[in-house]
Amino acid sequence: MSSKATAALVGVLTLALYSGLSMAADPYQLNLQEPQTIIARQTYDQHTMVLWVCLVIFIGVFGTMFYSVLKHRKDKGYKAANFHHSTTVEIIWTTIPFFILIGMAYPATKTVIAMKDTSSPDITIKTTGYQWKWGYDYLTGEGEGISFLSSLSTPRAQLENREPKGENYLLEVDNPVVVPINKKIRILLTSNDVIHAWWVPAFGVKQDAIPGFIRDTWFTAEKPGIYRGQCAELCGKEHGYMPIVVEAVEPEKYTQWVAEQTKKSAVAAVDVNKVYTMDELKAEGENVYAANCVACHQANGKGIPGTFAALDGSKVATGPKADHINIVMNGKTGTAMAAFKHLSDVQIAAVVTYERNAWGNTTGDVVQPSEIIELRK
Amino acid sequence: MAAVHDHDIAHAHDHHPTGMMRWLTTTNHKDIGSMYLWFSFVMFLTGGVMALTIRAELFMPGIQIVNPEFFNQLTTMHGLVMVFGAIMPAFVGFANWQIPMMIGAPDMAFARMNNWSFWLLIPAALLLIASFFVPGGAAAGGWTIYPPLSVQMGMGMDMAIFALHIMGAASIMGSINIITTILNMRAPGMTLMKMPLFVWTWLITAYLLVMAMPVLAGAITMLLTDRNFGTNFFNAAGGGDPVMFQHIFWFFGHPEVYIMILPAFGIVSEIIPTFARKPLFGYSSMVYATASIAILSCIVWAHHMFSAGMPVTGQLFFMYATMLIAIPTGVKVFNWTATMWRGSMTFETPMLFAIGFIFLFTIGGFSGVICAIVPIDIQVQDTYYVIAHFHYVLVSGALFSIFGGVYYWLPKWTGHMYDETLGKTHFWLSMFFFNLAFFVQHFLGLAGMPRRVPDYALQFADFNMISSIGAFGFGFSQLLFLYVVLKCIRGGEKAPAKPWEGAKTLEWTLPSPAPYHSFETPPVVR
Repeated sequence: MSSKATAALVGVLTLALYSGLSMAADPYQLNLQEPQTIIARQTYDQHTMVLWVCLVIFIGVFGTMFYSVLKHRKDKGYKAANFHHSTTVEIIWTTIPFFILIGMAYPATKTVIAMKDTSSPDITIKTTGYQWKWGYDYLTGEGEGISFLSSLSTPRAQLENREPKGENYLLEVDNPVVVPINKKIRILLTSNDVIHAWWVPAFGVKQDAIPGFIRDTWFTAEKPGIYRGQCAELCGKEHGYMPIVVEAVEPEKYTQWVAEQTKKSAVAAVDVNKVYTMDELKAEGENVYAANCVACHQANGKGIPGTFAALDGSKVATGPKADHINIVMNGKTGTAMAAFKHLSDVQIAAVVTYERNAWGNTTGDVVQPSEIIELRK
Repeated sequence: MAAVHDHDIAHAHDHHPTGMMRWLTTTNHKDIGSMYLWFSFVMFLTGGVMALTIRAELFMPGIQIVNPEFFNQLTTMHGLVMVFGAIMPAFVGFANWQIPMMIGAPDMAFARMNNWSFWLLIPAALLLIASFFVPGGAAAGGWTIYPPLSVQMGMGMDMAIFALHIMGAASIMGSINIITTILNMRAPGMTLMKMPLFVWTWLITAYLLVMAMPVLAGAITMLLTDRNFGTNFFNAAGGGDPVMFQHIFWFFGHPEVYIMILPAFGIVSEIIPTFARKPLFGYSSMVYATASIAILSCIVWAHHMFSAGMPVTGQLFFMYATMLIAIPTGVKVFNWTATMWRGSMTFETPMLFAIGFIFLFTIGGFSGVICAIVPIDIQVQDTYYVIAHFHYVLVSGALFSIFGGVYYWLPKWTGHMYDETLGKTHFWLSMFFFNLAFFVQHFLGLAGMPRRVPDYALQFADFNMISSIGAFGFGFSQLLFLYVVLKCIRGGEKAPAKPWEGAKTLEWTLPSPAPYHSFETPPVVR
């Protein structure tokens, strides 16, 4: 019987839904990720509650309907009744859902208010979306001044099926965000180019990063661990390749990490007035190019015709140096070319030098970091 | 009434041009209705091929078939083609065929504008499809074309914008025509509250269209000038606001959702009473529920933007307003169930699709309530959960009702009965593969798979494979539908004037196939 098959299907599907509630992340995970913050836990519980309410209503309505489908059939000789309205019944089934909805909205309202309360954080991190990576600046609290970019670390070869895929395929980055547990972390979000969204499911946090505007959200991680998320707003061709990794650690370990980072940036603060050789700049430039430019302009510098401009033999990369530096630093409005001011002086100098002397480009120009410093003034 | 129906027109059907000219110049509601339906089916297959390419790429992790930029073009164009090319024109096709017959009119009120509003769709569709072949390819910013991303696209985006302008103009003309026809051309005695529910839902839908489409036109015009003429409506650096686009877009976009589902409610409300052999339960509450949904649909738009960031009061208002929609929608489901209760039911293909509609649409409705709750929506926004949700309401909702409606009225349109066995096979194949394709996407979304990505983490592999198998099964099942329809047009058992025992509406008083001009003398409704 057709209706029985359908009923059986529902049974199996609903059973499948509920048997999955307690599972951890696995290929057959059926529910939200295991919550790690108070907001995520409230969300999880509300979802479970709403799902049960829906299931009860579903069984009520379709139990009735399928009973009717089985019994009130012409081929069973059932004669049709002729009733067509009942004001009482209609008032009842308009009112009852109203109260059920109030029951759902009440806990949700409390959570929404809590989600929006970003006041008195222990640490504030500014998060900037770039096509296609995240930038983090620790603004206040322990770790103030730390600043780095975080991009996908899965090798291209895995994406293109030339190598077996690793365990955290597409969910791994070079520099994860490190935060201490049990501290309120406020995330300020903005973007450098298009709209992105910063999403860590285990924290119940998802907030769009909008160019020209600042939005904020917060979380307090409860236990140490590595939590993975992804950009959740279509942001162009590499949208699927800008993951977020948050490493929550014990406060002591965090202090340690902060010390390491500070030391590292002291080492990295090289003498910008140093005069680099062409080879040094080209070597560094190639790395910068691979991290920032290759997605659009491609490894061979040919771009993608019609979408992303070629650099090999292009007017900009072989024309006046100043125009080339300008477009790298400030972008070009109306195109996908974003501003890359956030790169360091050395990086900008290196990548411009590289682009002017790679592939078929042989300008012989060397751009020194000091020139970039001059331009920034 | 009488003014429309003079002696010459009554005999025009004997002299209409033949061949291509007949279709180019026709002002007949049935010809135009058929063209709308065929156009919609062609677009449905076009959008379907895009969907299957997407699902083929997502069959396994890694990049196999299409590169990421083409993938984004496919998801964008699949959305635009299905919404504006397949679903909306199909319902206008139904409106053209059915409204004059159901209200006892000879034709639509503005017959020549009717022709124009159909033929405008062709250049629009050509613009959309041709955009794949221009430098830079088709629009790749998602069907919601949010700036600043959509400002980065090549000329394919401008072509999409023009296509939307044209389709919007066509929809507005079609809607004005439908409103005028319904309000002025009903048979004597057919008061508003005696109209078939399909006519009611279309009347309300047409008002929604007239309200919503100009808003879309405004948004995309601003986008066009931002892209080409240096304005800064949505550019923060120039004093604009990218989020404003989202507000304007969704002020159109949410009513649009109901534009695609209210006529479906209408079709199902015709089919259920017919095959239950029992009058529709709560006719007036159905009308009020439809109107309530339409009104509420205009004040809930920002629930698409909970993660964009809003004041807490904004989030709460849009959450409450959205949840309220569950009430009139629930009333409809209860009414359909009550209509079936103690009926004398048979289960021909239209009835199967109608019951399938109620069953699966309700699942989509439930996931809609879940999405309305802000904290949960923050988790599932822009994930596969949302994809599952809106395919449950648009495919097993709108599309299933379209299939049901086609099977229901095919005997009237062609004069032949369709092949019942094949029709039922089509239903069961669609039902099975649809759920295979989309049910697992709920799990993917909850577990954390974002939408609009060409590749995914390994834990999502199995469900994606299942979903792709389901999608291919569903896609190929639709070829059976094409076969059934063609077979029915070419021949088959002769259909009586009223092939369905329980049918009550006026079109069944006409012979099958229906005469070229529906009612030459208006019937009297008591």
